[in-house]
Amino acid sequence: MTKHDNPRAFSRRSILKTGGALVVSIGMPIGLDTALAIGEARAQGARPPLTPDQLSSYIAVNADGTVAAYFGKMDMGQGLFVAIGQIVAEELDVPFGRVKVIMGDTATSVNQGGASGSTGIQLGGKQMRVAAAEARRVLVEMAAEKLGVPADQLTVVDGVVQAKDDQAKQASYAELIGGRYFNVQLDWNKQVGNLLYAPGKAQPKPASEHKIVGQPIKREDIAPKVFCQEDFCTDVKVPGMVHARVIRPPVAGATPARIDEGSIKDIPGGRVVHDKGFLAVVADTEWGAIQAMQQLKVDWSDTTPPFPDQAALFDHIRRAPVRHAETEGKETGNVAEAFRTAARVIEAEYEWPFQSHACMGPACAVVEIKDGQATCWSGSQKPHFVRDGTARTLDMPMEKVRAIWKVGPGSYGRNDADDCAADAAVIAQAIGKPVRLQYMREQGTGWDPKGPASIHRARAAIDASGKVVAYEFTSKGFSRIDVQTNGGMPTDTLAGQLLGVPLVVNDGFGVPAESYAFDNKKLSWETIAPLLDRGSPLRSAHLRDPVGPQVHFASESFMDEVAAALNVDPVEFRLRHVKAPRDIAAIKAVAEKAGWVSRPSPRRDQTGNTVSGRGIAYSQRNGTIVAIVAEVDVDRSTGKIFARRFTVAHDCGQMINPDGLTKTIEGNIVQGVSRTLWEEVKFDPKNVTSVDWLTYPILDITETPEVIDVVLINHPELPPSGAGEPSIRPVAAAIANAIFDATGVRIRRVPFSPDRVKAALS
Amino acid sequence: MTTQKMSLNVNGQAHQIEADPDMPLLYALRNDLGLNNPHFGCGLAQCGACTVHLDGQPIRSCITPVSAVGGGKVVTLAGLGTPEHPHPLQTAYVEEEVPQCGYCINGWLMTAAAFLRDNKKPTEAQIKEALSGLKCRCGTHMSILRAVKRAAIMMG
Repeated sequence: MTKHDNPRAFSRRSILKTGGALVVSIGMPIGLDTALAIGEARAQGARPPLTPDQLSSYIAVNADGTVAAYFGKMDMGQGLFVAIGQIVAEELDVPFGRVKVIMGDTATSVNQGGASGSTGIQLGGKQMRVAAAEARRVLVEMAAEKLGVPADQLTVVDGVVQAKDDQAKQASYAELIGGRYFNVQLDWNKQVGNLLYAPGKAQPKPASEHKIVGQPIKREDIAPKVFCQEDFCTDVKVPGMVHARVIRPPVAGATPARIDEGSIKDIPGGRVVHDKGFLAVVADTEWGAIQAMQQLKVDWSDTTPPFPDQAALFDHIRRAPVRHAETEGKETGNVAEAFRTAARVIEAEYEWPFQSHACMGPACAVVEIKDGQATCWSGSQKPHFVRDGTARTLDMPMEKVRAIWKVGPGSYGRNDADDCAADAAVIAQAIGKPVRLQYMREQGTGWDPKGPASIHRARAAIDASGKVVAYEFTSKGFSRIDVQTNGGMPTDTLAGQLLGVPLVVNDGFGVPAESYAFDNKKLSWETIAPLLDRGSPLRSAHLRDPVGPQVHFASESFMDEVAAALNVDPVEFRLRHVKAPRDIAAIKAVAEKAGWVSRPSPRRDQTGNTVSGRGIAYSQRNGTIVAIVAEVDVDRSTGKIFARRFTVAHDCGQMINPDGLTKTIEGNIVQGVSRTLWEEVKFDPKNVTSVDWLTYPILDITETPEVIDVVLINHPELPPSGAGEPSIRPVAAAIANAIFDATGVRIRRVPFSPDRVKAALS
Repeated sequence: MTTQKMSLNVNGQAHQIEADPDMPLLYALRNDLGLNNPHFGCGLAQCGACTVHLDGQPIRSCITPVSAVGGGKVVTLAGLGTPEHPHPLQTAYVEEEVPQCGYCINGWLMTAAAFLRDNKKPTEAQIKEALSGLKCRCGTHMSILRAVKRAAIMMG
């Protein structure tokens, strides 16, 4: 049994194994100050509405005393659900094993934002913590009435409320409320998504009392996966279901001009679904649908190829009109004046390509529309927004649509899952049958939303004494929200765009997150229009740590360039200028653990074909601080980089589960190495040409670092911040700085593929 | 599209199916037999998510025509071990808590199972080389390697 089972039945009542008769509902939810008998007022048999202001929307106690924690965020495989279970168990004073975290179903949880911005613990856990604390408070009050003992004379041990001075006076959570629902209103801030917050009256425990939080509790969801007991979203089957495939144009932006439906007439159940730019086929079997996709004769509109030659991409970005510009934070001092009077200016420009989510499998969704209800099974990391998007796509009321997450083939942001759900909804509605749609590999890689390409300009002003007196950093690139972070609005899905809904312009990028203090400093960004504004395979969106790797590759490479120009050790340079105490601590911790020996880069003591180097980079991310030392080997003759060893200092405030945290960091580093060394979406003027693992190579196990040594810096006194993304952020710069240390050559364009490195070295 | 009746021996059981003989084995296993363990990753034999054993050898079922299987014995991950009688790799994966998403697990386990069966006490370099044709997008390679090394010791 996994700890994060999705309930199979529609009603949450079926999950609450009600033992004996239900207490009759007292009706409308009541305020916390209502002077009704507490035991009656706080528990009821009927389910209160699934709204963010109800305690029952987060916590329920089953008849057997187990606890259901309804989590409106998502664990995409990093073990977040364990940490959430730890937080809930801690606040409720029940054993960890008694808590089951239930997520991913719009019928059982409210919208806490899904997986988003590494906020699973930071924001999602914060809400679950106050909800669980409130549940404990209410249960103690109920026990006080039942036992005739004042609440402040009671304590809770393993889900049993007992009098401090007489353990015979006790009542278990199961006795108090098991099988019924809390009827307690919370003080909701009226936000949904990441910002939802709805505390009760209770204060969570101080960290000094934590016994479960902070422990390396193991996951229990591995066994069902290795023993084939868990279905992925690709395994969902619905009675009467047919199979679908979409057909994308050979030239991006082209629309079907003529379709020969007779060309698939030999395929059982073969049908075409076509409306404006949207084109799909269905068949009785999956293989039939694939054959129909390959066989259907389509004449496409004569469309001008929309893209520049790939070699001209970064020049295009340089020259393109700025659509939106922002300086984030306040400019410190007078940057222009400082550069005007500088003794020396150091400048550099960096380039980052489009990158693909390239998930392990292309997206899949199943949609059934039946009796006025629609259900969508999807691997999307934001199922509540899949519900919203499905409802809008189908023009159905939200409450008639249910989205159910089933494990998908990986998710690192706004991948192809939301597009697939919308496509499946369109097809299911058109043919009046349940539909299973899975993309093909070339669609998953070729047509998923891309991490944006960008250039980054940095310059530093140095005075006559060698002091850095000014620093200016500007990014220019495609918006990170050309399509939004979820598929809640049809304008942000391929289906919506191909069906002609009005487009919405969204601009977003970012600036370096660090605490370098220079007398004059300015950090800004500029966005440009997409190359193709509708139905583009190069539409840009959030990919793990949106624009973080791009920006910090540039900013932390540049800090190294300045340090080298001034002949200062790179760690020493950072410690001179970084001001936040936790940042300094992380840099010192990683340097110490890595055995960093102070000297300027580059090394000049190596001969031979293979040379080695070390590099440091550091960054913040929404309260989390990461400092990384990379040690690399460079094969001069082939240009191949082996990122051999990483040391990572990681401070995300209070640590909930060090075991899950360490593995999450490992995954970040490995994926970061892959994106740095290999990943670049290729395209020609007609279309994206990165369509599989040969044309979009990623790291393989022979290229995996030998060692990832993690230093966890715990701050129990601070609230927890995120870990899902921060440690991918400085990876590229750490590698670039190590390559420079090894070779004296600065690589300013990602990826550091062998041909590019070899060319740079020669 | 013409179909024909064929028999398949999968995990020790005989099954009759009627399908296009050119259809890849993967779809027969997933859709005709209802086995959820081999996954569609690429359909191009590039990632390994669809790996099954055919007469003991790992093959990519996404490019293997179902008619090519003949009387061969197919074993999927479900046939590798059970919670009661786990394969050492399954035990090691649980011990090392490998996943992120888990979609690639099938390929790594089925490929590593054949390798470890035929190669006792392999070096780390040999393990990496044997598994170099597999993809994991979540970046769990460190855990995967720990798990395979653990299983190698168990199978030593």
